[in-house]
Amino acid sequence: MSLLTPGSSVPTLRVRRRRKFWNNLGLGLLFIAPWLIGFLMLTAYPFFSSLYFSFTRYNILSAPQWVGLQNYQNLVHDPKFLKSIGNTFYYTVIAVPLGVVLAIALALIYNQKMPGRPIFRTLMYVPLIVPPVATALLWQWIFNPQVGLLNAVLGFFGIQGPTWLGDPGWSKIALIIMAQWGVGGSVLLLLAALQDVPRQLYEAAEIDGASLWQKFWNVTLPMISPVVFFISITGIISAFQVFTEAFIVSGGEGGPVNSTLFYSLYLFQQAFRFFNMGYASAMAWLLFIAVLIVTLIVFRSSAKVVFYDRS
Amino acid sequence: MTALEPAPSSTAPSAPPSNASIRRTQRAGRVMAFVVALVVTLFFAFPLYWMVITALKGDAEVFQSPPTFVPHPAVWSNFLTSLSQIPFWSYVRNSLLYAILSAIGAALSASIVAYGFSKVKWPGREAVFFLVLITMLLPYQVTMIPTYLIFRSIGWTGTLLPLIVPAFLGNAYFIFLMRQFIRTLPDELADAARIDGCTEFRVFWTIIVPLIKPALAVVFLNQFLNAWKDFLGPLLYLNDPSQYTLSLGLQQFQSANGQEWALLMACATVFTVPLFVLFFFTQRYFVEGVTFTGLKG
Repeated sequence: MSLLTPGSSVPTLRVRRRRKFWNNLGLGLLFIAPWLIGFLMLTAYPFFSSLYFSFTRYNILSAPQWVGLQNYQNLVHDPKFLKSIGNTFYYTVIAVPLGVVLAIALALIYNQKMPGRPIFRTLMYVPLIVPPVATALLWQWIFNPQVGLLNAVLGFFGIQGPTWLGDPGWSKIALIIMAQWGVGGSVLLLLAALQDVPRQLYEAAEIDGASLWQKFWNVTLPMISPVVFFISITGIISAFQVFTEAFIVSGGEGGPVNSTLFYSLYLFQQAFRFFNMGYASAMAWLLFIAVLIVTLIVFRSSAKVVFYDRS
Repeated sequence: MTALEPAPSSTAPSAPPSNASIRRTQRAGRVMAFVVALVVTLFFAFPLYWMVITALKGDAEVFQSPPTFVPHPAVWSNFLTSLSQIPFWSYVRNSLLYAILSAIGAALSASIVAYGFSKVKWPGREAVFFLVLITMLLPYQVTMIPTYLIFRSIGWTGTLLPLIVPAFLGNAYFIFLMRQFIRTLPDELADAARIDGCTEFRVFWTIIVPLIKPALAVVFLNQFLNAWKDFLGPLLYLNDPSQYTLSLGLQQFQSANGQEWALLMACATVFTVPLFVLFFFTQRYFVEGVTFTGLKG
């Protein structure tokens, strides 16, 4: 402050603020130190070393051995790898849109004024409380082909149910159905968004003679589109990484006939069953790139359809 | 019919008063919505009912077709049998250790770090915070293998440490949530204390922490739940049955006794019940945690 014109207190104060700001660097870093340590040791370092491992052959027992792009080349010719991509794609393409549409429909229903609404909402959220291991065991029992609940219900309507988790043609569908049981989290987010839609918009639409569908399409959906966008993208990313349920219903095998061998499950097998750490790291990096690309595409395309209130 | 609108308050004079037929359709719509909501809710709740009643069925009744919807007689001893077949209390102890310690770690670290990202002004803060947000995009598979190797090299595999210690180092999602909360507190509070000569840490501890108890509860409960439900972590790091958490123990029990559905459902029920109790007493924190995250503020 001595460098400045004496007497003018405003710049002096500003300089003092600036100096304080710079002096605070140490203080700020001290407060975020836990995260910083965690970031460096458990995110940044692993991030780069897994990139390195992806170019090596590494079985834990001996030191990693540089093999260049060989892991990536081998992946392209690995039928199980290609199968795991196909399975994951199949799962994502059906489970995510289904989940979003279901969540919107449920949110609209639960948003109505009706007796018992808080209880309904709570019960819908409750499946999210159940641990995935318990969820998988429970649904395995429901999907039991001979004495399971689902086929008993189908049988009541005269339908011969499939063997579900035992049939490679139905096992992914079974896991998709199981995933829809946890749609309550998205519903809760959408309900919060619906509460924020200004009532006047509906009144204006009514005056213009809008039909129910027009009100939904032109008012409700644009107003809740940020949340729809959010649940879509988080849904896609987590569908890419589906693991626990598939692991449990297939005993870690990804069966029958590799039909539930999802990407993460195959990666886990390569890393921790066969100890092909390099190979698995290459898979991890391809997954990372896929997540990045999808996120970018969805973000780009969302600019056109997502409506953000800038007020 | 109002199926697509937010619930109008019952006194809202939106409809022209003379138009009784509109009123009638509106009421019919509402009754329909109620029925649909009831059916949907039953669909969501039924699997849980199924889990509990299967846990109470005798061997013959489990495999009876068509299935029965009320166990007769209820075999309460299934619970005792299932608990005696696995080292249940040891699993519970390990799960509790993991859940409670990592939840304490998550609440502590998220609040300290979030304070550094909201109430302390320092150069580069926003850029670093952006980095925090970016890490949320990183799939866990990318860091999983090297992280495993780190913990293996320092001899932590086979203990709960790799599961608990990282929680003390902050989780991006919780830091974000906590920062959103702390930002709503007025800066004047901290400034007043600073003028009185409080150190920054004292400001945090004595002024801010008491005010962020709800957010601390949100983080604590969410991490407790995450840890109790975690399967991959224990699967990676625990290798001796005496260290297993309930998730891992139950999965192992299932691979060994795949067809004992009544016992498996009894285990699954006992595994889930503590979370239900917790959930019903602390519901509002969960709902806050969900609605809080990023969509507002």
